[in-house]
Amino acid sequence: MHLMYFTEQPMAAWNPDSAALDEISIGKGRKQRVTALLHSNKYFDPVAGGRLYNERLDEYQLVEEVGFDGIMLNEHHTAPFCMSPRINLFATLLARLTKRVKIVLLGNPLPIWDSPVHLAEELSIIDMISGGRLVSGFVRGGGVENIQANANPLYNRERFEEAHDLVIKAWTQPGPFRWEGKHYQFRVVNPWATPLQKPHPRIWIPGVASKETVIWAAQHRYPYIGLNTNFDLSQKIKDLYIGSAREVGYEPGPENFGQLLQCHVAETEEKAERNAKQFMWMAGEFTGLAHPVWGSPTGYGSRSNRKSLIEIAGGRRPMTVAPPLTQRRLEHTFVWGTPDSVVKQLKHVLENNRVGILALWGNDGNINHEDSMTCIKLLGQEVVPAIRDYAKELGLQSPMEANAPISLDLTPKDQLSPVAV
Amino acid sequence: MTTTERSSTSTIDWTTRSVSVCGGSVSVLSGGHGAPLLVLPRDNGHPPNHDFLDLLAARSTVYYPWLPGFHASNPEEWEWLTNFRDLAIVTRQLLVALGVDRVNVVGLGFGGWLAAEMATMGHDLFATMTLVAPMGIQPRHDYILDQFLISTESYARAAFANDEAFEAIYGAEPDFDQLESWETDREMTSRVAWKPYMYNPTLARLLAAAPTPTLIVWGSADRVVPQECGELYRSALPNAKLQLFPGAGHALDLEQPTALAASVAAHLNAVRA
Repeated sequence: MHLMYFTEQPMAAWNPDSAALDEISIGKGRKQRVTALLHSNKYFDPVAGGRLYNERLDEYQLVEEVGFDGIMLNEHHTAPFCMSPRINLFATLLARLTKRVKIVLLGNPLPIWDSPVHLAEELSIIDMISGGRLVSGFVRGGGVENIQANANPLYNRERFEEAHDLVIKAWTQPGPFRWEGKHYQFRVVNPWATPLQKPHPRIWIPGVASKETVIWAAQHRYPYIGLNTNFDLSQKIKDLYIGSAREVGYEPGPENFGQLLQCHVAETEEKAERNAKQFMWMAGEFTGLAHPVWGSPTGYGSRSNRKSLIEIAGGRRPMTVAPPLTQRRLEHTFVWGTPDSVVKQLKHVLENNRVGILALWGNDGNINHEDSMTCIKLLGQEVVPAIRDYAKELGLQSPMEANAPISLDLTPKDQLSPVAV
Repeated sequence: MTTTERSSTSTIDWTTRSVSVCGGSVSVLSGGHGAPLLVLPRDNGHPPNHDFLDLLAARSTVYYPWLPGFHASNPEEWEWLTNFRDLAIVTRQLLVALGVDRVNVVGLGFGGWLAAEMATMGHDLFATMTLVAPMGIQPRHDYILDQFLISTESYARAAFANDEAFEAIYGAEPDFDQLESWETDREMTSRVAWKPYMYNPTLARLLAAAPTPTLIVWGSADRVVPQECGELYRSALPNAKLQLFPGAGHALDLEQPTALAASVAAHLNAVRA
């Protein structure tokens, strides 16, 4: 079992009332508060920002001290729910500030950057400074990420796949070579920095169940991490992944699956519950309130999913909003309480989802630094050891423990037996 | 060839045909009598009613294509078409396939930009041009409305001076088929006009070599393309005049079909005289 800690690095000093001031029109006679993209950055406070960035670094260092296996980082843009707009910056800091934990990037949004070669270099440097502790996840980036970077959503998936292929080639094949792709062209690819881990760092793919991404991850033999997915959705992901894996010739196990859960621990149930409410800080939508056409711009999603997106964007059916706290608890996408109660709930998750990677999302909203540190301490001292033991009982191994091949390409051909479907 | 009824009040026999161009197919509505007149639509397609076309068809043979990649044009066939100038080249080849020459053109908004690009590709392509609030030139003081930040319906509404004018054409709540049509249109618009959004930085320079007699018309209440672009077009084109329609929005042809058709007729007459 690989146990890692996660926070979205919320702008805890943000005043939720400011969203009411950034109401936008979303059609005739309908208005909506927004907390992303067009929500003005005049509400950002750099003094508080400086304090919060440093508090997060203290928290990450404690995560290592108390025994987690990894720190998961992500990035978002133009929104107070996530203060990290460049995942590689914190990864670089952690490469030096920590000594043991894996630095798990979930992930770099490939399509929004114009130079995958530059990205390959940065990741190589993080891998070297950390002594080979990088796990390099990749994502497509949300609609807002694509719009703010002016990356055409129509080409999001094509750019994701081409940038991935270019990064892998830059990591594994000696330069110089030339790249003439559809979306990226380089006269010379010859980054001086290459990864310490050979052939290259592990790649994990997080997501919220886009079918194409699940299939793509399975076809590459990259573990898939469900982000706050409930049991039903996690099972659907697993079924799709397993079917796609068998088609290319391998049998996936727990090491191919991961789960991110919101998980807040405190000394008492009352305090944990009080802080749990902070995870609803953006009117129940933890990725920020946005116009539906920002979240899923034209061409970003698959055509098969288009009907519902058109109806949502046109105001003909309501936007999907995150479920309320009570439902999240029932669905085990959010566990909170004292360490004993959280261990019980997490065991139930492991029995159901049988994953080899578990990410615990410990704080959100304006949960203060002290409570965040307490949560990390209690997780490390009481929850992590119990869950690690239980995972052993259940035979849930991480990709590292299982010594799983890093990718399908790096799987010996005689170990593959594709099943015709 | 199929016969298509444009509207219950139309006295014109409109027909739709499919024309092969560059390995893809383009649907073209045509009808009327007289010199050929090409009408190039906006980026959100063909409206359900279009009295303006009937008015034009009373004295011209009107050709009104669904632009390649836009709704009703087999969008999958045009995924290779990824820049605006290619769209202009394909539309020019469409004219060759239709067998029309020295055509008059009326370009509506996005279609006006398309006409302007085509005009830079040969002096003898168009007998006259009428550009109705065209995109294509970067405004100096303001911006072209960014449709990608709003819903397709909000964008369509913004083309009218007010909601009543929009609803007279599309109804108070456009149905799913209309929303889907706009979604397809937006997909193709993303392909050819995502960045820079809705203009070509070199167009104004190239228009200096386009002597086509041109009428530029603009509604003073246009919320999509800033009115200043009218003057930029007028000064970029060597043979152009600018006419303002007080109180009208971007979709002038839908808000004031009779007045606009009269302006087009006057422009054609003046050139012919």
